[in-house]
Amino acid sequence: MTVERLLPGQDARDLIELTREIADKELARRADEHERAETYPEGLFATLGSAGLLGLPYPEEYGGSGQPYEVYLQVIEELAARWAAVAVAVSVHTLACFPLAAYGTAEQRERWLPDMLAGRLIGGYSLSEPQAGSDAAALACKAEKTEGGYRITGTKAWITHGGRADFYALFARTGPGPRGVSCFLAPGAAEGLTFGRPEEKMGLHAIPTTTAHWDGALIEADRLVGAEGQGLSIAFGALDSGRLGIAACATGLAQAALDEAVAYAKERETFGKKIIDHQGLGFLLADMAAGVDAARATYIDAARRRDAGLPYSRQASVAKLVATDTAMRVTTDAVQVFGGYGYTREFRVERYMREAKIMQIFEGTNQIQRLVISRHLAR
Amino acid sequence: MNIVVCVKQVPDTATERKLRSEDKTLDRDAADGVVNELDEYAVEEALRLKEAHGGEVTVLSMGPAKATETIRKALAMGADKAVHLHDDALHGSDALGTSYAVSQALKKIGFDLVILGSESTDARTGMLAAMLAERLGAPQLTLASKVEIEGTAIRVERITDYGYDKVEASLPAVVSVVEKINEPRYPSFKGIMAAKKKPVETLGIADADIAADQVGLANSWSEVVDFAAAPPRAAGTVIKDEGDGGARAAEFLASKKFI
Repeated sequence: MTVERLLPGQDARDLIELTREIADKELARRADEHERAETYPEGLFATLGSAGLLGLPYPEEYGGSGQPYEVYLQVIEELAARWAAVAVAVSVHTLACFPLAAYGTAEQRERWLPDMLAGRLIGGYSLSEPQAGSDAAALACKAEKTEGGYRITGTKAWITHGGRADFYALFARTGPGPRGVSCFLAPGAAEGLTFGRPEEKMGLHAIPTTTAHWDGALIEADRLVGAEGQGLSIAFGALDSGRLGIAACATGLAQAALDEAVAYAKERETFGKKIIDHQGLGFLLADMAAGVDAARATYIDAARRRDAGLPYSRQASVAKLVATDTAMRVTTDAVQVFGGYGYTREFRVERYMREAKIMQIFEGTNQIQRLVISRHLAR
Repeated sequence: MNIVVCVKQVPDTATERKLRSEDKTLDRDAADGVVNELDEYAVEEALRLKEAHGGEVTVLSMGPAKATETIRKALAMGADKAVHLHDDALHGSDALGTSYAVSQALKKIGFDLVILGSESTDARTGMLAAMLAERLGAPQLTLASKVEIEGTAIRVERITDYGYDKVEASLPAVVSVVEKINEPRYPSFKGIMAAKKKPVETLGIADADIAADQVGLANSWSEVVDFAAAPPRAAGTVIKDEGDGGARAAEFLASKKFI
């Protein structure tokens, strides 16, 4: 069902219409096949890039579209309702552009941002390590200053688009302690950089997630983003925005599950009537719809705060927590609505339920979101 | 090179289409208007030719006020400017009347090359390209699956039942395209924003030197005498396999002369 959106103007309405057209033709038609076969959608990100969907919230002077987060996130939600894996990768790409856009020098931005925002260079985000996930400050990957640049040594983990991306927002240690982490715009083709076999995931099968092994690879000095030691504050700043992206992905996924469940409940009959007319199922669907609406309202509220220049870190964590927990519940209930059929791979709701689970985990587990929120409360 | 692409707004084939009982013409308000699909291929080809050879792409559309949506879409894909041929006197024109009106507008705009889809999904006469070429005294290269231009020479591959013919002519010329020719691009968000600022000139029949007694429903050479809704589809035949399913399916196909 088409979501009726309150958007700030005609340009935003046109953007959503364009997104729906592309999402219907390029995402919805290909998602089932690629998710089942675990194959990468070749050429799809080039299509999204030429349509202008890979640099929406960044300034027009660098090739972005200068869209507020309120609008950009609703684009992500529309993409996620057709194909969660692709929407997540778009959100991660947008996140990977953040350090350069926010902390890069004018020279660095001019050199790389236009290609990144046009989607000619696809980005990945590389903060986590096998032993440093939630506790990002424990990261160990080293960046040693040397003649002409930095030598990178160590292992990074859980990289969306790993091995496929053209660049990575890489966080590595230039010194000890939380202030010893630096951010780099690392090329995907650096010598001494190799990627592990794609993880065998529960869902999001079409986009690879890998480890990255840095074996003394040299990164040019002008690829340091921000100052040495500024890495963690850049990373957390990026994640506040990234969390909003994941909240939008989760909302889109939940909307898709709700739509499938409602359509099925209007068709399937038991005891002589449509199952949606049995109060037990009707109320379940009502709770699902209430959850989806609440998730959307929550992330849009956080986005509006960001767009207005207000603090939004706490609200971003609330949005991520609420939307992803909602997606888990709504997709699980969608399987329930389908009964035994929902447990089979013939129906999309089975896939949606698997896809929802990761959203409670990545870009800050929901336990970390609660930590962020409770620390705000304790201030 | 001055390329004019003719685009038509047609009712979305995915929705139910209706004729109006009062004058037996298509009810264009009853369904969402979309760009005739083959015309998107024509726009794409025009843009590719412009990218290769330089020049300008003008969109020409004849239709009611809401055809501006279709014009904006073609502009968002990258066309430079547009002409909207719009006059109540044109309502109900048949293929002959339409080809006359469009050819008059084309004379007014001027062109080296006219490109259009080989047929529309509503009227489906498939005759407009040939009629335009005749009225303009230009060579017609229809059903093109490939177009090449070198100087003033234009070569196309024209699809046929047995493969394709290679056809050559000199510009100015009229080309109609089939869906094999390319893969139309999506408009970009920036293209959509830019399209809002591109010039769209509206021409009435007087502006394009179109004689009122040659166009419109009353002056059409063809007439819709009557129409009826398509009968609802009859229930299909279900063959339950009881060991002889294959043979019975074959019998069914043979009875319908499929095999």
